[in-house]
Amino acid sequence: MYSEKVMEHFMHPRNVGQLENASGVGEVGNPTCGDIMHIEIIVADNKIEDIKFKTFGCAAAIATSSMVTEMVKGKSLEEAQKITNRAVAEALDGLPPIKMHCSNLAADALQSAIKDYLGKSS
Amino acid sequence: MKLVYMDHSATTPVDQEVFNTIKPYYTDVFYNPSSAYSPAQKVRKAVEKAREQVALLINALPEEIIFTSGGTEADNQAIISYAITNMEKGRHIITSAIEHHAVLDSCKYLINNGFECTVIPVNSLGVVEPETLEKAIRPDTILISIMHGNNEIGSIQPIKELAEIARENQIAFHTDAVQTMGKIPLDVKALGINMLSGSSHKFYGPKGTGFLYLKKGTRIGRLLHGGSQERKHRAGTENVPGIVGLGKACELAGERLPEQVERLTKLGKRLTDGILTTIPNTRLTGHPVDRIPGSVSVCFEFVEGESILLMLDQLGIMASSGSACTSGSLDPSHVLLAIGLPAEIAHGSLRLTLGKDSTVEDVDYVLQVLPPIIERLRQMSPLVR
Ligand code: FES
Repeated sequence: MYSEKVMEHFMHPRNVGQLENASGVGEVGNPTCGDIMHIEIIVADNKIEDIKFKTFGCAAAIATSSMVTEMVKGKSLEEAQKITNRAVAEALDGLPPIKMHCSNLAADALQSAIKDYLGKSS
Repeated sequence: MKLVYMDHSATTPVDQEVFNTIKPYYTDVFYNPSSAYSPAQKVRKAVEKAREQVALLINALPEEIIFTSGGTEADNQAIISYAITNMEKGRHIITSAIEHHAVLDSCKYLINNGFECTVIPVNSLGVVEPETLEKAIRPDTILISIMHGNNEIGSIQPIKELAEIARENQIAFHTDAVQTMGKIPLDVKALGINMLSGSSHKFYGPKGTGFLYLKKGTRIGRLLHGGSQERKHRAGTENVPGIVGLGKACELAGERLPEQVERLTKLGKRLTDGILTTIPNTRLTGHPVDRIPGSVSVCFEFVEGESILLMLDQLGIMASSGSACTSGSLDPSHVLLAIGLPAEIAHGSLRLTLGKDSTVEDVDYVLQVLPPIIERLRQMSPLVR
């Protein structure tokens, strides 16, 4: 059912955990199935210097969380803001149609963490 | 990699003895049992022998057994055909919130066709309380359908008491015994029921075969039209190999029952106790004692079922879950919600169902690998602060 990439990220997720001095925190719940994703970022020089996640959800939710953190780590905020759920799913070689909503979770959590940071810093 | 199958409530392998019995009916003895020539009589005899084997296991008469394509068809016929045949007596049926979808969706079909249905709740152990049933009865109730043992949480229902309430009110009683048939003793006379559904592949028979027990004198129409097979109760050429296999599976189940009940009860307890003592924030779902032998169902807080299943799968262990993420509809299991679990607890559901080939080693292997899996997922969970 899942691509090898999804399974690989699910079994060996990157950037799991929390940050000491997070500059932005985002947490979103998935209304479709009830899952929760939490992302913390540290921003320095307009760049996402560090990022960690915690996810309560299915394999697709964990894999997309892991992938999204990998995709934006070291990127500028502008680049990170352009990340869509589609891009995350594609980077994982696709998701089963019924699991597409799980990738929303990851993209939304990231965007809400960035928003949180921007709100605080302005 | 060692494979450990712990999903016997989903399906079981065909017993080698059953398989050997079936084989000739695909090739050498392939005739249509309705044909007039003498070789076909052998086939007819085999079908009738199977009918006796099924009847014997549940203490019914052979003529009270209607072969079907499985438990789903039997449930559909018991509910839909019974209701339509008897609708002049009333148009109200009662079922429970933890039934299989074969029952619930048959009731929905009837609702869409002018019937009314009351879905009664269960208590937190997943048991229908007799008083609840009593209160739901109306003058126009014609049928009550309550399952014998639940597929997800294993709870066994007090069918005898429930059927008695039905009888006192002159209402027909059907039970879906797909999960208990061949696993615990079943006596339709002692239970006092009118109809019972069974499925062969849940107890080492072939898939695609089941039966409906129909107590003599219970009036019911047919679901399938187009022939006078099964004493006009079910049209279509008989699935002879399937029926023969079902019969043989019943015979074997009868022989092994006492020993299997004891063994699987013990093994199930070892697994349940092991899980509950080694993994914190875990609860058993369903009745702690009155449950299907070897059926273990638990919920782990803060983690999600599909993730557990996939990690177990990586280690060769096959199990199932009632989590929303594993269901096609993305809704948590209706059974877990019916016993009052909040959706986020139902999310962490895991079901392990043991069978005749399960061993102590299998159980201990699961007990060895499961705690670190839950621990790993909890480390990833935002709910563990
Ligand atoms: S998070 Fe529930 S289905 Fe993926």
